[in-house]
Amino acid sequence: MGLKEFLFLLRGLQWTVALAAIGFIGGGIAGLFVALARTSANKLLVAVTRGYISVFQGTPLLMQLFVVYYGLALVGLKLDAWVAVAIGFTLHASAYLGEIWRGGIEAVPRGQTEAALALSLRYWSRTKDVVLPQAFKISLPATIGFLVQLIKGTSLAAIVGFTELARAGSIISNQIFEPLVVFGIVGILYFAICWPLSLFGAHLERQFAQGSR
Amino acid sequence: MNYQLDFTPVIDGFPDLLWGCLGTLGLALGGMVIAIIIGIGGVILRDSPIKPIRWLVMAFVELIRNTPFLVQIYFIFFALPLAGIFINPTVTAIIALGINGGAYAIEIIRGGVQSIHKGQIEAGKALGLHKGDIFRLIVLKPALRAIYPSLTSQFILLTLTTSIASAVSAYELTSVAQRIESDSFRSFEVYGTVTVLYFLMAWIMMQVFNLISNRYFSYPVK
Repeated sequence: MGLKEFLFLLRGLQWTVALAAIGFIGGGIAGLFVALARTSANKLLVAVTRGYISVFQGTPLLMQLFVVYYGLALVGLKLDAWVAVAIGFTLHASAYLGEIWRGGIEAVPRGQTEAALALSLRYWSRTKDVVLPQAFKISLPATIGFLVQLIKGTSLAAIVGFTELARAGSIISNQIFEPLVVFGIVGILYFAICWPLSLFGAHLERQFAQGSR
Repeated sequence: MNYQLDFTPVIDGFPDLLWGCLGTLGLALGGMVIAIIIGIGGVILRDSPIKPIRWLVMAFVELIRNTPFLVQIYFIFFALPLAGIFINPTVTAIIALGINGGAYAIEIIRGGVQSIHKGQIEAGKALGLHKGDIFRLIVLKPALRAIYPSLTSQFILLTLTTSIASAVSAYELTSVAQRIESDSFRSFEVYGTVTVLYFLMAWIMMQVFNLISNRYFSYPVK
């Protein structure tokens, strides 16, 4: 494998990072609302978001991408492949992050909300200034764990036909007939991004476990 | 919007899709069995007195957990023939799923073993329990109970992961769906239906796991 092929893989890597970033940021924003709705007092909102989360957690990511990809085309939206895939990852991430942050919000002791109520803080202030900062800290390791999962998940965009790192690997592998070398390098590139994140997540988890003792 | 949904290809192909479901469950079951074997073996080796063996297990776990399953299955798919092993893609997929699930199982089972206090075993001895009873009642059952929730959700995740095995054309639900789709071009109808089928399978598995949990692990904790 020459330099030209390696540069092609790196271009694929750029798309992998971009897809993961879009999915994580978009999914983070939407996921915040999912988490708030899931923990709200409104029974309808709770039921809807619970269903939303269980659909995404109970079906393969690949199917979610297929359904979004073809579903958007079906309602007449002519989108680039990468936009359709990015929407798919955003929806996927919103459900998972919503569920992770729900856990974080529920782990904040009730006394915190009651104290904020006693100080007559309004809902938004209670949420933004009291509950969410603590909930985010609690959920940070799981959030980073999901980010790693999302980066790995972007490889499925390859099956839908979008050229990110995994598909760049398939293309090069078909050209130079060295699948083990190519997929070995592709694996190392994914590992180089995911492993530091995993280590950081595990480090935070240990730190929090010690702090709460 | 002038698109008419047409489920005829899905209805015509429904028996095939059900067979695909069985294929998916078969892949998942095979993967789980291998994963548990790797998990138990890995946990024993991870506490080996020989350092390089411990490192090897840890490196295996980190490597598998930080790379995509798609890349793993491609790698295995191309590596086996080079090693002189020629087997069909479905078996290849089961091996890949087992290796992937095994790395997660090692971490989960290790957590369960660590959750058993030494004092509990000593208490069992003090009560005059047999060695076999101590292992079965004091080590195995609480350890199984401790890892049961994470292990079963990992199994459901593994079942959903089987859809990626379609990339090497293993026999399972997604590859059946892709065939029906390429014959009929009814992409949304086919994949929508298949998504529902996956959801049902995951839901049924969860109910069965809960039933087992209620039957065997519903004694008070503290």
